[in-house]
Amino acid sequence: MNFQLSEEHEMIRKTVRDFAQKEVEPTASERDEEERFDRTLFEKMAELGLTGIPWPEEYGGIGSDYLAYCIAIEELSRVDASIGVTLSAHTSLAGWPIYKFGSEEQKQKYLRPMAEGRKIGAYGLTEPGSGSDASAMKTTARRDGDDYILNGSKIFITNGGEADIYVVFAMMEPEKKHRGISAFIVESGFEGFSVGKKEKKLGIRSSPTTEIIFEDCRVPKENLLGNEGDGFKIAMMTLDGGRNGIAAQAVGIAQGALDAAIAYAKERHQFGKPIIANQGISFKLADMATGVEAARLLTYQAAWLESQGLPYGKASAMSKLFAGDTAMKVTIEAVQVFGGYGFTKDYPVERFMRDAKITQIYEGTQEIQKLVISRMLTKE
Amino acid sequence: MKLHFTEEQEMFRKAVHDFAKEEIEPYLDRMEQGEFPRLIVDKMAKKGLMGIPIPEEYGGRGLDFISYILAIQELSKVSATIGVILSVHTSVGTNPILHFGTPQQKHKYIPKLAKGEYLGAFCLTEPGSGSDAASLRTRAVKRGDHYIINGSKIFITNGGEANTYIVFASTNPEAGRKGISAFIVERETPGFHIGKDERKMGLHGSRTVQLTFEDMKVSAENLLGKEGEGFKVAITNLNAGRIGIAAQALGIAEAALEKAVSYVKEQRSTGESSISEQGVDFRLADMATNVEAAKLLVYRAAFLHSRGLPCEKEASMAKLFASNIAMEVTTEAIQVFGRDGYSKDHPVERYFRDAKITQIYEGTNEIQRIVISKRL
Repeated sequence: MNFQLSEEHEMIRKTVRDFAQKEVEPTASERDEEERFDRTLFEKMAELGLTGIPWPEEYGGIGSDYLAYCIAIEELSRVDASIGVTLSAHTSLAGWPIYKFGSEEQKQKYLRPMAEGRKIGAYGLTEPGSGSDASAMKTTARRDGDDYILNGSKIFITNGGEADIYVVFAMMEPEKKHRGISAFIVESGFEGFSVGKKEKKLGIRSSPTTEIIFEDCRVPKENLLGNEGDGFKIAMMTLDGGRNGIAAQAVGIAQGALDAAIAYAKERHQFGKPIIANQGISFKLADMATGVEAARLLTYQAAWLESQGLPYGKASAMSKLFAGDTAMKVTIEAVQVFGGYGFTKDYPVERFMRDAKITQIYEGTQEIQKLVISRMLTKE
Repeated sequence: MKLHFTEEQEMFRKAVHDFAKEEIEPYLDRMEQGEFPRLIVDKMAKKGLMGIPIPEEYGGRGLDFISYILAIQELSKVSATIGVILSVHTSVGTNPILHFGTPQQKHKYIPKLAKGEYLGAFCLTEPGSGSDAASLRTRAVKRGDHYIINGSKIFITNGGEANTYIVFASTNPEAGRKGISAFIVERETPGFHIGKDERKMGLHGSRTVQLTFEDMKVSAENLLGKEGEGFKVAITNLNAGRIGIAAQALGIAEAALEKAVSYVKEQRSTGESSISEQGVDFRLADMATNVEAAKLLVYRAAFLHSRGLPCEKEASMAKLFASNIAMEVTTEAIQVFGRDGYSKDHPVERYFRDAKITQIYEGTNEIQRIVISKRL
């Protein structure tokens, strides 16, 4: 047993932390305010190799592992959760299913440019009437000669509009319910593909979230991912790993808020002493720090399991559940430590608090995680 | 990063698990009625469990600290009482002699303790001195080749049953904490009196007593460390002690969770439909997630300690978190059982009562928060 990170992991942490502090943090508030996605930041991440951390070099990645990837998401989210989710959706939701289920041609054609950061990836599963219940989806695909024709729309698409490559799920045989779903790789330039309304959101505002629309969208048959009917399996397995990326994002948000709260509590003086000298504050910080540590260990454990090729479904559901809840709790408390200043946009903690909320919702709501965990408990 | 145990650790854990099931479980009722489990202690001695992390040259098992922590966890899953008896005996009853003892002291006491011929105890707490150890009132005055010790100690785990006691007394009251010294005191020492047994909410069967020292004459050879080093002796094993209690809390929580899960499964298999609801399922999911988080905090602290790396903050976090979730999870376990959980026919009410002390002893959780926040 060894809880220490390897030199390689420590190096990735340092690289990403430096990058996050120098390049991401200075504009984080402004981009949040303006709901502005900055593609140059993505390109800079590409230069550092961050856009393909877990993928082998033959597919344009840096050949590291899921733990390194989680560390990167954590460090980015520590200053800006929007950048965190951009990379997470790109890697876990778009890259992963192509890496796991794609043909060699698909990997070279799509995974490589994504890993190298020349293309951005996105994932299209959710629909207005189909969130946690994927089998209720209305987007359809039908075979037409050498192509598939997609019709319908998807909502809440992270990286929507900015992405070049979308992994999309559509129903081919409704009578088979979830076994009738297939997965496709759709390029933004395909005829019949368009980007719809952009959501205005509570948090992660500089990460675009849009609707994507398919109107007789023609997808060549070599862009079917896996076999026909594999879609549901691909979608669920993708979310299993993806949710640990969100756990890492939540850990980063919580750590960012904790750091800010500690620094402020030491520097802010009231009644002639720093406010951290009051147990009302210092005990709160101790509880926050303990929660963040526990969340981080759960997240690293799930990432380690996945890197080892061991089952990680329950571990990642637990990490997402715990880290998401911790991020929410810790950011609320961080605002409390700041008092009135915490409520203003002069400090980042209100942004952390808004950003934290989504980690309890996306890539499987907390309620879905509890369903996953309790099923494993009572069925095993 | 490598998060699995060695094969040796796994095998040892399994052996302790089996021992607890076979030997301790049948004895639970007697402990609940207040009987000290002398029989179990003797059996643990035969199994080599009384000196798990003590080097073989001193009669111990020579296993690593992680194995010791796994043993505390496994024993506490069946009986938190056994967990604390072993934890006090090892972490604070034996270890200080190993770290600070002279060759003669080690030779004289450790093999007996490690083999379980002797049981160990630790006497720091006094009526007016709990978390604030420096304010203790027990006095030791040197007379020739002896010390004369006067004072009283309370909440002494294993008190009365133990053969050796690490006793803290001030040899120089003006010097505050720098005036505290530690002594190895045998139960048969003239002037050593065993007072009343505390009546406790939980940990039944584990003895918790008051001790009074009346002109107790202790040989200068039994001074542990140097004069004035007592505080150092007391805090050196703090981390190990805290991680041990964290493991006890973890064991309690894990056991309560397992009982709740199997109760739900059983009710469902017999068709009691009222329990097949998310109200119960989601509760179990939260409990399991918290237990998993506690596990990682405890094992991480144990790993750091076993490598000799600094772990004050990590040990405190493990103790704080594991004890809090032990309280939470045992409370929830009773809720899952409903009225059955309130009855002594099921073990969850015992886990619930036993959990509370883990938030209090080996440094209250308030002390843990002070330790953590000072390091932020």
